[in-house]
Parts: sequence; C-alpha cells; structure tokens
Amino acid sequence: MATGIKDKVAIIGMGCTRFGERWDVGPEELMVEAYLECIEDAGIETNDIQAAWLGTCIEEVNFGKSALPLSMTLRLPNIPVTRTENFCATGTEALRGAAYAVASGAYDICLAMGVEKLKDTGYGGLPDLNANAGPLNWLWFPNVTAPGCFAMLAQAYAARYGVPEKELKTAMAHVSAKSHANGAKNPKAHLRSVVSVEKIMASPSVAHPLGLFDCCGVSDGAACAIVTTPEIAKKMGKKDFVTVKSLQLALSNGEELQYNEWQGAHFITTSKCSEAAYKEAGIKNPREELSMMEVHDCFSITELVTMEDLHLSDRGKAYRDVTDGVYNIDGKIPCQVDGGLKCFGHPIGASGLRMLYEMNLQLRGKAGDRQLKDPRLGLTHNLGGFPFMNICAIAIVGKYGA
Amino acid sequence: MIGITHYGGYIPKLRLERMKIFQSMGWFAPAIMMVAQGERSVCNWDEDALSMAVEAARDCLRGANKTKLDAVYLCSTTLPYGDRQNAGIVKTALNVHDSVMTADFTSALKSGTTALIAAFDALAGGEKKSILVTASDKRETKGAYFYESWFGDGAASLALGSENVIAEYKGSYSVSHDFPDHFRGTGFKYDYMWEERWVRDEGYSKIIPEAIGGLLKKLGVKISDVAKMAYPCFFQAEHAKIARSLGATPEQVVDNMHAVCGETGTAHPFIMFISALEGAKPGDKILMAGFGQGCDALLFEVTDNITRLSPRKGVKGCLADKRLGMSYEKYCKFRDLIKVEMGIRAESGARTAMTTLWRKRKMITGLVGTKCSKCGNPQWPPTDICVNPSCRAVRQFEEYEFAERAGRVLTWTADMLAVSYEPPAIYGVVQFNDGGRMLVDFTDCEQKDVKVGQPVRMSFRQHHPDEMRGYHGYFWKAVPLKQGDGKEASA
Repeated sequence: MATGIKDKVAIIGMGCTRFGERWDVGPEELMVEAYLECIEDAGIETNDIQAAWLGTCIEEVNFGKSALPLSMTLRLPNIPVTRTENFCATGTEALRGAAYAVASGAYDICLAMGVEKLKDTGYGGLPDLNANAGPLNWLWFPNVTAPGCFAMLAQAYAARYGVPEKELKTAMAHVSAKSHANGAKNPKAHLRSVVSVEKIMASPSVAHPLGLFDCCGVSDGAACAIVTTPEIAKKMGKKDFVTVKSLQLALSNGEELQYNEWQGAHFITTSKCSEAAYKEAGIKNPREELSMMEVHDCFSITELVTMEDLHLSDRGKAYRDVTDGVYNIDGKIPCQVDGGLKCFGHPIGASGLRMLYEMNLQLRGKAGDRQLKDPRLGLTHNLGGFPFMNICAIAIVGKYGA
Repeated sequence: MIGITHYGGYIPKLRLERMKIFQSMGWFAPAIMMVAQGERSVCNWDEDALSMAVEAARDCLRGANKTKLDAVYLCSTTLPYGDRQNAGIVKTALNVHDSVMTADFTSALKSGTTALIAAFDALAGGEKKSILVTASDKRETKGAYFYESWFGDGAASLALGSENVIAEYKGSYSVSHDFPDHFRGTGFKYDYMWEERWVRDEGYSKIIPEAIGGLLKKLGVKISDVAKMAYPCFFQAEHAKIARSLGATPEQVVDNMHAVCGETGTAHPFIMFISALEGAKPGDKILMAGFGQGCDALLFEVTDNITRLSPRKGVKGCLADKRLGMSYEKYCKFRDLIKVEMGIRAESGARTAMTTLWRKRKMITGLVGTKCSKCGNPQWPPTDICVNPSCRAVRQFEEYEFAERAGRVLTWTADMLAVSYEPPAIYGVVQFNDGGRMLVDFTDCEQKDVKVGQPVRMSFRQHHPDEMRGYHGYFWKAVPLKQGDGKEASA
C-alpha cells in the first residue's frame, strides 16, 4: 500500500531570480541567476547533482524543446536531465521528478529547475494558445484567452451562488489589493506598488467581469530547488531544513466540458487534489493546521474560488472570507505572502518552485519584512489550463520533524 | 406533380442604413444620395456566401426529410473556393448522406434559376426525386459607389420534389445573351460595371420581358393570370416599368427589397419569390425570373399544401430579425475597405491539417456528436470512451446531430484581449437542453445581450480563415436568442 512521500524528501537549497520584465536576460541567464543562489544555499557543487528536471511551459518563446538547455547552460556532468511540461503545474512537475527520484533511492541529490521567458513575444498577455493546441483543436476551439476562460468562472460563480456582480467584483478586488500589499514588501517581486480596492475596481475591462488588476503579471523568471533525503541532509550537517509533506496532482478527465453536471463555478481537480494532499500530509483540519499558502492566483477569481476547493472556505462563501480578511497577511491563513502570481509575477515554468521558495524562506525564518510568526506548514497550489480542463498540483511542506 | 416542397431564407442580421454611407462619403460622391434610402443587409465578419447558404438550407429543411435528397446544388458568384466544391461543404454541414450528387452553379447572377431548371429537368426525367437548391451571394464593391448601396447580402433555399409540393412547377423559358453589363475577372475582387443607363435600357428592360414573355407564350398563360412576378432590378423605376411593358399592374410585382435589404445577387430571385410565397394562397400563379447574361423565367402554381408547411424563418422572419446601428466605418472594416491595426497577436495562427479535417468532417463541419448506446448520453466531441462517469462504455455509440438542438448559456465572457474583428470576443459554454455541452464562440450578439441561462441556437460560420493560403475554415457558433426567439428551432 502506497504511503506517500511525507518526510522522505528534504529541500536543502533554493534559488529564485527577481521576477519581472527582464529585458536584460534570456532564459539561460535566468536559470544561472536562480541556480547560483540555490547551490550556495545548499552548500553543494554542480558535480554533486546526480539527476535534474527542467520545467518550462511555452518552449516556442523560450529555448525550444528538450532538457538540453538546462544541461548545457549549467554544464551538468552528463547526467540524466528531463524536461517536464504540464501548463502552469510545470514547475511543480519538475519538483515531483526530483523528489520521487530521491525518495525512491535512485539518486542522492537532484535539481528541479523552472524557468520561463515570456517577454520575448512583442505583446502583452500570454502567447496565443489555439495555434499550438494541435490540429484538431485548431478546427473548433473558440478564440479564447486565459483571462476570458477564468472570467467564465466568475460569471458562473456569480450565477450559481446569486452573488451580485458588484459584490463579487469587490471581493475580487480585495484578493488583488492584499497581494499588492504583500508584493510591495518583496524585493524580488515584479509589481511592487500598493493598490487600493477602489483603483482595482475602476480598472479597464480585460475580459468581463475581470479588469486589469484582476490579472497577474506576465513575467520572466526562474526558480530552483536542490532535494535530497533527510538522512543525507543530516549527514551534510543541515539543521532546520524543510521536508515535503505531500505532493499531489489531479487532472481533468473531460467531464467539465463534455458531461452535464459541472456548473462552471469551481475546480473539480483542486477539490480532489487537496483531499489527497491533506491525507498524504496527515492533515485533518486544513483551516486550523495550515500556517500559510501560495495559491495559483492567475486571476483574482481563481484564488477566491480555490479557497473553496482547498476546503478552507464553505461553498459559495469564499467571497465573504476574502472580504473579511481571512487570507490577509494578518488573517487566519495568510495567502500570497510573497505577492503571489499577481505581484511576484508568473513565469509559468518557474511559478510552482517560486511558491516553494517563499515557503522555504518563511519556514526557515528568512522572509525579512514579510516574515510570519512561527509558521509550521505551508501549502502551494498550481492550476494549469482552464477552469473547464486543467491540471491541479499541490505541495505541502514543513519543517523536518514538525 | 413536381415542384417546390419547402423554402428557407437567410438574410444576415446586420443592416447598414444607407444614409450613413452618404453621411461619411457624401463629400466625395454626392450622387450616392440618390440611392441613400432604407437599409442594406450586411454579413457579419464571420459570414460569407457559403455560411449563409448553410443557414438558408437549414431553414429550408425544417420538416423535410433530408435522407431522401438525391442532389444538393449551390448557386453563387461569390463562393469562397474556386476549386474545392463548395456545395460539398454545404452538404457536409447539413450532414446529408454521402450518396448524393453535389454541384456548384456559378459565374452568372442567373445561376440560381438555371440550377432550378436543371433540377426540375432531372425530377421530370425521373432520375432524381428530391433536390435542394440554394442560392447565396456576398458581393464586394469599393466604397462610396452606387452598387455598394444597391447590393445586399443574403441567401435562400428551395427544396424540390414530388411529394407535398407547395408550389407546382409549370415550366420554364430561358434566353442566353452575352450581355456584359458587368464582369469580374478570375482573381479580381470587384465587379467592373458599364454605364448604368445602358444596363437599364438595353439589359433589364429588354432581356427580362423577352424571357417572361416567352414563358407566358410557351405555357399559354395570360399575364393577368399571374398573381405575382419576382424578378430583380435595382433600378426602382425600371423595375415597375418592366411589369407595365408586359401588361401587368404594379400589384403583380414583388417588391425588389431595396428599402429593406438590397439586391442579393444570385439569391435575389429566390428571396423575392419566397417573399411572394409567404403571402400566397392556394391557386396563385407565381413567376420567378433570374437575370444575368440572359434570363431564366419559371412559373409555379401554389397548392393547398402551403397551408400545412411547418413553421420556418423564411424571408419575412429574417427581415424582422435585424441589428441596426452599424456604422459605415464598421462596415468598411468588415469588408476590408479600411486597414485597422490588429496587433502582433493577430499574426499567430496555424495551417489547417486537411487529413484531420477529413477524418473529423462530421464532428467539425456537421457538428455531429454521439449518443451512447449504453447510457443514452449525448456528447460532443465524439470520443471512444463515454464521458458519463457511471458508464464509460467503449465505442458503443450512434451518430447524434447537435446543430438543430436548443441550448442555453452555462457561462460566458466578453474578452477584450482576444483578437477580434468586433471586440470584445464573446464566447462561453453552451449546455444543450437534451444533454451535451460545448465551449464555443458566440456571434451576432453584443455583451449587453448575453446572460447565463439565455437560450441559444447554433449557426454555421467562418472560424479559422487563413488568408495566406486562401483557406476558409468553418465551424459552428452560438447565437444568443432574445426571449421568445428561435421558436422555429426544433428540440
């Protein structure tokens, strides 16, 4: 019977670049920037790494296919390197590869790298999705964008729970305002200004009902982690390190868009993925036990609805918890402590590892101005794709032995 | 008895008030004031002659048995493909069985009436028993031109057969003249027109009476026995004068529809004829003539069956279902008369894989899904494994058509980021009332028209045009209906 990987994987080093419009560098330089911080933190050398995973999502605007760019850029010693891609869960997938490799005993020390260079497209927003969705989808898929697809979540949520548009817009604005307040304290964040609820609500429409400030930043960046087993970490003299408590993934099977039951107002995958993650981590009451979260706030409505699918807010009630400040930095469960995708930015392949980077800092008491008091368990969550067909990835981490 | 068994119409919802053309361009061409009355029909940016033909044919086939069709004819001078049979795309969109003959009738504005005569000849010979003839045109002109105002966009469809005939075919008479009132060379976008006075006096005024007079003589029918005559002529005064020259009264002439939609090219004789049928009573004799390098004239007699014809939108319904308020600038953008910056994002796009289209022609062009033979669940797209979580039957399904199914908006958005000819791009998820759902573009609507729960109908549209390769990709979109609209939709 499978028992999961709780406390079988230690994170002994992490690195993360400043996110933003990094006109000065490409994906290769971003990887080096994150990597140098990471190996210094881990206290290892490149030749200590036995296997590596590279996460990058939209390879067409990065460095093309395969894992060669990681192996060549870091001059890895001809070891196994694998590229992972699973929409916005890409970075967490890289970590899964590395974590399972050390948990299985196949390797002692592994690297997980996530990177995305999005600002080589020449326009705002993400590159066009449809043209690269395969020859069959090209024939019928509507002319969608990411904000449009998540705007449909907001429309369905408002309709399902009878929330007046203005009230939902206000709650969504609270989500973004909170992340701006947190991001302002983070020197590595892309967007570092405090923005009021009023300004957010007055921003121009991107995809009704989402306005400009309901959307996260499109950024360049990289983040990475070195993992090993707790035993090896201890032998290396590491104290106070962080271990993986659970690592879960759940994917849509097409029922959202092809069957008749889903009402468009929540994430089937996140609901199931979080249950599996809590079970693996031994968490009974997440609202009481989780100390902090970095969730996939690609859009304000995504974060809001995710609070229900993480089983933290009651169905149809998250908008009230949000306006009540439950997820603010001084609230019950601080969320997007580092600014989130909203303000730290969202270089797709890097995002899962960037979230983990903040959890690692917080758990080791190194988060500076943003440091929470004595956090115990942190959750990261990615939602790749669209509300109607997606990949959910959840990681829960905590101090070893806690 | 052979004749018309069903009819259908399609006039796009958009109307351009002609005075707006004058208001924008009168400084340049003051004379266009002379034709600046009423409104003309205009295709939405995702419509063309082929998509309109499919819509008209769907309207026509309400209550008809499409499994009995022996032939599908498409008539137009503005078909998207010069080589790839356009009628074959119509047939696939209508999900007509494969053992059918398809043909395009083209390169003359009278090709619609010519196809009708050819179809009746085949019916009379007994070789074929049921034929669908659809005519459609979306003609382009340069701006600030008389013809821009005279023309409209539209399509109409007639089903011919020998059972439940609503208008008996009495006979036809044709004349052929290489009268070059206008021409459009292969590869050219616009017509080249000769002087209107000559076209009027030597063309319409002589050639139409020649054919109609010939038909009446051939059939031994007096002009006074004809209830209505449907023939095109965008010269308003001349339209009436032709009737007088034949000895007819103004009441016998079907309005040329300049005020309400403009002249729809190949489709126009059909559209005028259908508008006459819509007001006809059993026993009425109705004459139709098509003009263009000659003239075809056909005579019909309405039967009792017309009172039992199943409801349809027809021409009357289309004329009532309109969106006014279109600016001339928007018209110019839709017709590619002005260049607007679409941004780098608009450059992206893919080739269409012909292998994929051929494999999935029913799913894509016909909007055909499946119904699970085990659990009965309808689904689109068709998949090997049933989507119903309590079923999951493998490859046990039958074909299930979605195009005529009624649905509702499950969720939607109005997207300003997506590239669009008419921002915001509106799309959403449609839940079909009998089961099945799909993510789909919406069309013929504005943001203020759309709500969760609103009824929709499906419409065949351009979906992924590829200007670089001259490819025209079609798929289905959802049209939000106002409460009470769409009653003619089945299911």
